[in-house]
Amino acid sequence: MQIDRRSFVAGTLALGVPQLARAQGAGPIRIGEINSYTAQPAFLKPYRQAWELAQEQINAAGGVLGRKLETVFRDDAGKPEDAVRHAADLATAEKVDIIAGGFLSNVGLALADYANQNKRLYVASEPLADALVWSKGNRYTFRLRPSTYMQAAMLVEEAAKLPAKKWAIVAPNYEYGQSAVKWFKELLLKARPDVTFVAEQFPALGRIDAGATVQALEAAKPEAIFNVTFAVDLANFVRAGNTRGLFEGRQVVSMLTGEPEYLDTLGAETPEGWIITGYPHADLQTPEHVKFRDAYKAKYNDYPRLGSVVGYETVQAIAAALAKAGATDNEKLVDAFEGLKFGSAFGPIEFRKIDHQSTLGAYVGKSAQKNGKGVMVDWSYRDGAKYLPSDDEVRKLRPAV
Amino acid sequence: MSAPVPPVLEARDLARSFGGVKAVDGASFSVEAGKLVALIGPNGAGKTTCFNMLNGQIKPDRGEVLLAGQPITGLAPRKIWRLGVGRTFQITATFASMTVRENVQMALISHAGKSWRLFGRADQRRLGPADALLAQVGMAEQAEHACGVLAYGDLKRVELAVALANEPKLLLMDEPTAGMAPQERIALMALTARIARQRGIAVLFTEHDMDVVFAHADRVLVLDRGRLIASGTSAEVRSNPQVRAVYLGSGVTSGGH
Amino acid sequence: MLDLVLTQTLNGLASASSLFLVACGLSIIFGVTRIVNFAHGSLYMLGGYLAFTLVTWLGPADPLGFWGGVILAVLLTGLAGVLIEALILRRIYQAPELFQLLATFGVVLMLQDIALATWGPEDKLGPRAPGFRSFVILFDNRFPSYELFLIAVGPVVLGLIWLLFHRTRWGVLIRAATQDREMVSALGVNQRLLFTSVFAFGAALAGLGGALQLPREAINLHMDLSMIAEAFVVVVVGGLGSVTGAYLAAVLIGVLHAFGILILPKITLVLVFLVMAAVLIVRPHGLLGKAAVEPRGHAGQLFLLRPADGAAKAFGAVALGLLVLAPLVVPDHVVLTLTDLVIFAVFAASLHLLMGPGGITSFGHAAYFGLGAYGAALAVKWLGSPMEEALMLAPLMAGIAGAIFGWFCVRLSGVYLAMLTLAFAQIAWATAFQWVDLTGGDNGILGVWPSAWAVPKMAFYYLALAIAVLVIAALRIIIFAPFGYALRAGRDSPLRAEAIGLDVGRLQWAAFVIAAIAAGIAGGLFAFSKGSVFPTYMAIPRSVDALLMVLLGGVQTVAGPVIGAFAYMGLNEQLMKLTAYWRFVLGLSIVLLVVLFPRGLVGTWLYWRARRESAAQAAATA
Repeated sequence: MQIDRRSFVAGTLALGVPQLARAQGAGPIRIGEINSYTAQPAFLKPYRQAWELAQEQINAAGGVLGRKLETVFRDDAGKPEDAVRHAADLATAEKVDIIAGGFLSNVGLALADYANQNKRLYVASEPLADALVWSKGNRYTFRLRPSTYMQAAMLVEEAAKLPAKKWAIVAPNYEYGQSAVKWFKELLLKARPDVTFVAEQFPALGRIDAGATVQALEAAKPEAIFNVTFAVDLANFVRAGNTRGLFEGRQVVSMLTGEPEYLDTLGAETPEGWIITGYPHADLQTPEHVKFRDAYKAKYNDYPRLGSVVGYETVQAIAAALAKAGATDNEKLVDAFEGLKFGSAFGPIEFRKIDHQSTLGAYVGKSAQKNGKGVMVDWSYRDGAKYLPSDDEVRKLRPAV
Repeated sequence: MSAPVPPVLEARDLARSFGGVKAVDGASFSVEAGKLVALIGPNGAGKTTCFNMLNGQIKPDRGEVLLAGQPITGLAPRKIWRLGVGRTFQITATFASMTVRENVQMALISHAGKSWRLFGRADQRRLGPADALLAQVGMAEQAEHACGVLAYGDLKRVELAVALANEPKLLLMDEPTAGMAPQERIALMALTARIARQRGIAVLFTEHDMDVVFAHADRVLVLDRGRLIASGTSAEVRSNPQVRAVYLGSGVTSGGH
Repeated sequence: MLDLVLTQTLNGLASASSLFLVACGLSIIFGVTRIVNFAHGSLYMLGGYLAFTLVTWLGPADPLGFWGGVILAVLLTGLAGVLIEALILRRIYQAPELFQLLATFGVVLMLQDIALATWGPEDKLGPRAPGFRSFVILFDNRFPSYELFLIAVGPVVLGLIWLLFHRTRWGVLIRAATQDREMVSALGVNQRLLFTSVFAFGAALAGLGGALQLPREAINLHMDLSMIAEAFVVVVVGGLGSVTGAYLAAVLIGVLHAFGILILPKITLVLVFLVMAAVLIVRPHGLLGKAAVEPRGHAGQLFLLRPADGAAKAFGAVALGLLVLAPLVVPDHVVLTLTDLVIFAVFAASLHLLMGPGGITSFGHAAYFGLGAYGAALAVKWLGSPMEEALMLAPLMAGIAGAIFGWFCVRLSGVYLAMLTLAFAQIAWATAFQWVDLTGGDNGILGVWPSAWAVPKMAFYYLALAIAVLVIAALRIIIFAPFGYALRAGRDSPLRAEAIGLDVGRLQWAAFVIAAIAAGIAGGLFAFSKGSVFPTYMAIPRSVDALLMVLLGGVQTVAGPVIGAFAYMGLNEQLMKLTAYWRFVLGLSIVLLVVLFPRGLVGTWLYWRARRESAAQAAATA
């Protein structure tokens, strides 16, 4: 009733004309994409480029359901409250059919909560927080990237094989760092009850005092180190650690370090032999990846980063869901996402019905240097499906919705 | 036989030093109701320090200040004000973002103990008394002007009105005529003297202009290097050889500077 | 153990060096020009990026290439300082001091996007310095030789500055100006040249700080803001205008950091602010600061505060009418935006009580906004309160914090006070961030949605509007009531205020509590409008938003902050949608607004009207 009156008035005043003209069915299918573009440009510039590439490819092939895809990008500047505002604005003003995006965990959680409250589909592309699909999981939220838990589980598998018993930990002081540490400790202790953790350092994100941190870790004389820092913290930590010999004779297990976004910065400082998760873009020669990489190179004259893969596959997932649902209806799309299967550059993946987590995996390998550049060697793909807890455990973690 | 009425202000053996320098060293004096007492002395004699101890801005190292027989030594300036001491400053201190009338209203509101009221327009309060005070100091016509744009002499008058707002027993005026034209000085002090006598207010003031001092002061106190060297009527002080030595020595004689 | 203590001390000294270079430039600029240069961290970042480019270009392996690149980067950063001073700041020296802060904040935003566009998003790990690539063995530990070099840089620069200040005429002028700016202008010194050269010198020091980080840390786009907060802390802890104080403070903070890591690894977020709060509470002017360098503060704002006249009242009524009618005609998303704007108007008005009548600058007002939001969210989460009850608890929590923080803050004045508010805000922020069990840490508290009746966007908008009108009206009544006058009296002349029996400290304390309560109400509403709360609600950018809203609107009038809130947040929102480089455009807009309207929007309008009236009067009498 109210809406009718209002849209009537709005129509009369010609304020709502663009919205009315964009009525269901005829025009493009609209996606609202929210991300921390100005706050996290290193990951998100390649992300957005690949997103646009995927959209272009799909539209060139005739679009989905006979309609083209169109994306409205919004910058949340790293603030969850801005992301929520954009979500509402995209939903009401831009009349988008799907909301997607998110890099920081808290932005992802805020958007998921918005999605739940407003009963709107939200495709979380990158946020790693476990809560997104478990403790705070809801019917309307789906996540593409392997979560903190999954990446920790992949690394624990390797860490457990190491002889080291005394571990030190360094992680950024926020939710991602803390939960990575929590899972790593829990899972490693389960696999290796004989290990102990002798030191923990939690530098503020982006503000590591590298020399002092390295010294504090060194003082604990660990046999192995688990690192969760990334980006600028990682670079500073590695340089200080190299000069001070922290890594000599020690095994290091390190999360996200193999992603080109972070490995490229290290260059000639790249340490040898760390066990890392990441993305060996140059050496991954599967046909589906080569196709993606060539297309990306052709368009941007640059190699893809992990962000590119995430951006590209988010669009693919949305397209696949649209095709499966056969409509842009919100509830139908949500149903379509449950158990949605599609082929990615990393191989076939599925959005699990049980917790809405995709089975996209990650590559685990070793860090090495080649011509003064950081690369991943001895890598292998770890299918995300194998690094999730049992269904019973998931049911306990995820409240019934 | 009734006890003798204590003087409005009595200072007993006041002393204060800064980093070993004795700014005031054992000054004792008193001021009676309705009297104008001048505190003079060459620069650095300790006048301002003395004033600030009476007013509560500085705590004395030694000695006592009594207001109508009650000790007020070391109380905060605002508490001393509450006991009935008005103050004007060497460099005028008024509220520049308020009108002349509002300045006086503010003092009146504070005197009435209403400065913590969270509602009711302040500029509608105590209009009558404010205007009466302004009329008394000859500022009625400029009541609506901003204090920030007034001439210096007018500011001094506003200060006087503000200082009178709490119906003081005692007025402490630090160089009340500094920076004014000679004509204005005489007028302002004449006004002060009239009001003081009318209301029985004791006035202690410091002054450089000896014409002003000798024309209006009932009694003159002479301070030199922190010590009170003379006290008496204008004539007595003028003829005091020690005072003459001090002033001649510093190159200042009667007749202004 | 002893070797660890010694090594950590050296580590602390090494990280103190760059901090000192940046802070000392900031301190010198403040001392002479009284500008709180928010862009100083950006100059540090610029120095780092320029050094990266120049060193790479000149050849990092060659000592000449490396050090030549560093020196060139320093000179270019100094030049950037000259440009900022000559193009922007010089035009607004007459404006109230905080306006220059506003302008420098505009520069921060612009430089962020310029750096992104020029150097791209990737972090830049620079080459190691020739001659300092390796390490020495100290106390059985390897210690990088470059860190030893950095340890030496601090005292060397300190010594050179001392010589400069005591052996050259320029240096003597700087010291004199730091103590008494009016005196220097009376001496017939070319003030313009002095200011420009001082700005260039300070900028070059920041550039040196950035360039020297090259072999040590990756140059990145977040360097500016992470540095500026710590540099402010160092300057204030050391004492404004004191170069030696800045060095001592930098060493203190660097060393404490290094040891804090050993003892409480998670405390790094807040350690520096705890130190600053402790120092300021014990020494209100920092370690070596003197009261003499207090800024003029509110000079220039002191003109008559008048209640709104007929025209202004009519304007206000029309504006309110439009706000009431708006949801009937505009689409939903505009209603959402208006809800935000109305809430921000309350937030700005609450800060205005402190900044306007109180004459107190708060750099940490977001604390009360955020605590209000958390008060509401915690009530919902832990007590199961409905919205109505939670909205009552929001101002309570903010008010209690205002009472505690304010009690300490009103003991200080000027920039010191402002920095203590910032310290408290950071402590509140760190608490929300770290106390994960209670607050959910950076993941925040979700599910803070309104009661059923207020869920429709229009209903919540009217709720927010009604509360906003009540709060702003109440603040306005307070400003024109005896309390507001008394507060203003304390701002105009503390001496006179005390001499008429006003307890300025307690009045200011009460103003703190009232402002905190009002901000808490805004925060509570904001929590329910977003459905969630996060530590970002009380982070530094939110405090800066509040400052910008108040200053842009104009401190002098009651309507200023409300209009400033609509102007700034409205602009912000529109720009974020329009362009990826919204920070540059927003920064440029702020700079232009400050240069064109140095009294704030409302202040400028009043000024123009007053001039027209006096011109009309003059014409009438002629």
